Amino acid sequence: MNSTGQPAADATQPPEIGSADGVFALSGDFVMGGIDRLSLPKDPAQIIDLSGVRRFDTAGAWAVVSLERRAEVVGSRPRIRGASPLQYDLIATLRRYMPVEEASLTRRPGLLDYLERIGRQTVLACSKALSLLGFLGRVIVTVSGLLLRPRRMRWTSMVHHMQQVGLHAVPIVSLMAFLIGVVLAFQGAAQLRSFGAEVFVVELISISMLRELGILLTAIIVAGRSGSAFTASIGSMKMREEIDAMRTLGLDPVEVLVAPRVLALTIMLPILGVIANFAGLLGGALMSWIELGVSPGVFQSRLVSNSDAWHFGVGLIKAPFFALIIGIIGCFEGMEVEGNAESLGALTSVSVVLSIFAVIAVDALFSIFFAVAGV
Amino acid sequence: MQGEAVIRVRGLVTRFGDHVVHDGLDLDVYRGEIIGIVGGSGSGKSVLLRAVVGLLEAADGQITVFDESVGDTGSEDYRQLRKRWGVMFQDGALFSSLSVLQNVEVPMREQLSLPTKMREALAAVKVRMVGLPDNAMGKMPSELSGGMRKRAGLARAIALDPEIVFLDEPTAGLDPIGASAFDDLIVKLSRALGLTVFLVTHDLDTLQATCDRIAVLADKRVLATGSIADMQGVKDPWVRSYFGGPRARAAWSGTGAR
Repeated sequence: MNSTGQPAADATQPPEIGSADGVFALSGDFVMGGIDRLSLPKDPAQIIDLSGVRRFDTAGAWAVVSLERRAEVVGSRPRIRGASPLQYDLIATLRRYMPVEEASLTRRPGLLDYLERIGRQTVLACSKALSLLGFLGRVIVTVSGLLLRPRRMRWTSMVHHMQQVGLHAVPIVSLMAFLIGVVLAFQGAAQLRSFGAEVFVVELISISMLRELGILLTAIIVAGRSGSAFTASIGSMKMREEIDAMRTLGLDPVEVLVAPRVLALTIMLPILGVIANFAGLLGGALMSWIELGVSPGVFQSRLVSNSDAWHFGVGLIKAPFFALIIGIIGCFEGMEVEGNAESLGALTSVSVVLSIFAVIAVDALFSIFFAVAGV
Repeated sequence: MQGEAVIRVRGLVTRFGDHVVHDGLDLDVYRGEIIGIVGGSGSGKSVLLRAVVGLLEAADGQITVFDESVGDTGSEDYRQLRKRWGVMFQDGALFSSLSVLQNVEVPMREQLSLPTKMREALAAVKVRMVGLPDNAMGKMPSELSGGMRKRAGLARAIALDPEIVFLDEPTAGLDPIGASAFDDLIVKLSRALGLTVFLVTHDLDTLQATCDRIAVLADKRVLATGSIADMQGVKDPWVRSYFGGPRARAAWSGTGAR
């Protein structure tokens, strides 16, 4: 504000307060740009004289009201002299709105706040786990209903998602597995050569690839690729109230949106896992040949004679479970999205992190189970 | 209401690709007035606002604010200019990572060197001036309703006691009670702080309640300026249907044209 109409190009005069016998004469520019150079006198004022003020804004009114409040502490109420109506109005506004306590408005968090936050987070995490479980139940019920009445199934949507999550992921999954096979052979060769046991590289590659790495790494890539896509697409539908619109039209969003995605993923992830296994073995065989001189013929015969088919089975059994985890978490987080874009972004990243974590945790549980079962 | 023109637009041409939005637009805004910019959807109201505050480069023409050209000013002059105006965007455009109070402090922090306590006190004054409750100060923008976000956006726009405030659709998306409260707020603040208000709106009630003068945008230029009463005499069909339609008549009959 510029109550006297002075162009701001004028050099600003620093604000000054001259005090004599309780009369505080204010002079200069009392504006935000220069108020930090002002030091308020400590002694109480009886009269505050504004006639010498050039420019005056909220910061100036702040100074006047601060002077008033200091005087009120010792019981006097200073008079204001020489203020224009506009300046007086501004001072009145500040009297109403200025915080009484000069203490900092932003409180530093204490130990109790931290404890409270931990408590809140814990409760939140538990209730989220519960509703995730509830969502899993709903999806299972819906999918079994669909299996009993296949005519209700959205086949087009399911095939579309099979293409999206399966076919389109083949190049990246197979390249990833091929490179992992190469790395395993390369690292294994360096270690095994020192024992003269180069030929065991075949077992190293086949067992680790078939049992664990092939399917686990595929699941991680699919979680990053398709889990996030599920959350983003369902979340943006939720944001634009499409989900609510479906409900009012009598369509069940779980049946229309979630079931085709989860089923498509459950069908395609095992297939991707098989492709990854082949690509991994291929990469391993190639590197063994180059690095260790294990010819493809030897590799194949050792693979067939020494690697039990169960290694392949153990890996593949896990695939549908991983697919279910990725699909359920991806769709669940999408349904959790609220009306703004921030929650969409936050939940998409939560979905990826949570599903990768859950896949690895379940993989660990499977390892323990298979070890106990002796497979 | 004729005084010193604080915003002067001459022969403004803006275009996006082949699409010409303004073609030779002239407009003056005088000190201390509340001017309402109206026009149909796509007539370039918000584009005009963006051009005047320098967010959008004009293809041709001159825009001066306080006799400083907006287009080709050195960065230091432009910085000085920005201290003298505040902009409220449609949905408040609050910084989502900062609380309401911190949002209002941002311009003070960037442009001035105030002691922390004083900055907080002044920001708190502004938050209260726009009618937000004290417990809103520590809240994040995502926790606020649409009306509160707009108020917080206005508090940030007036944080530095600017001379001009630009408001983009201040009442869009508010319920009638919230909208008329916001109209009152605009008038009250412009009186209390001596503001010049540049208001882009669709809302006939807002025009009626707040504006001293109206500028109608149509055919890529300012078709008419004047008070609401003046608008009744304009022959243009768009202006007639806008100011003579049933909604307009309902708005005028409430309090009578100013």
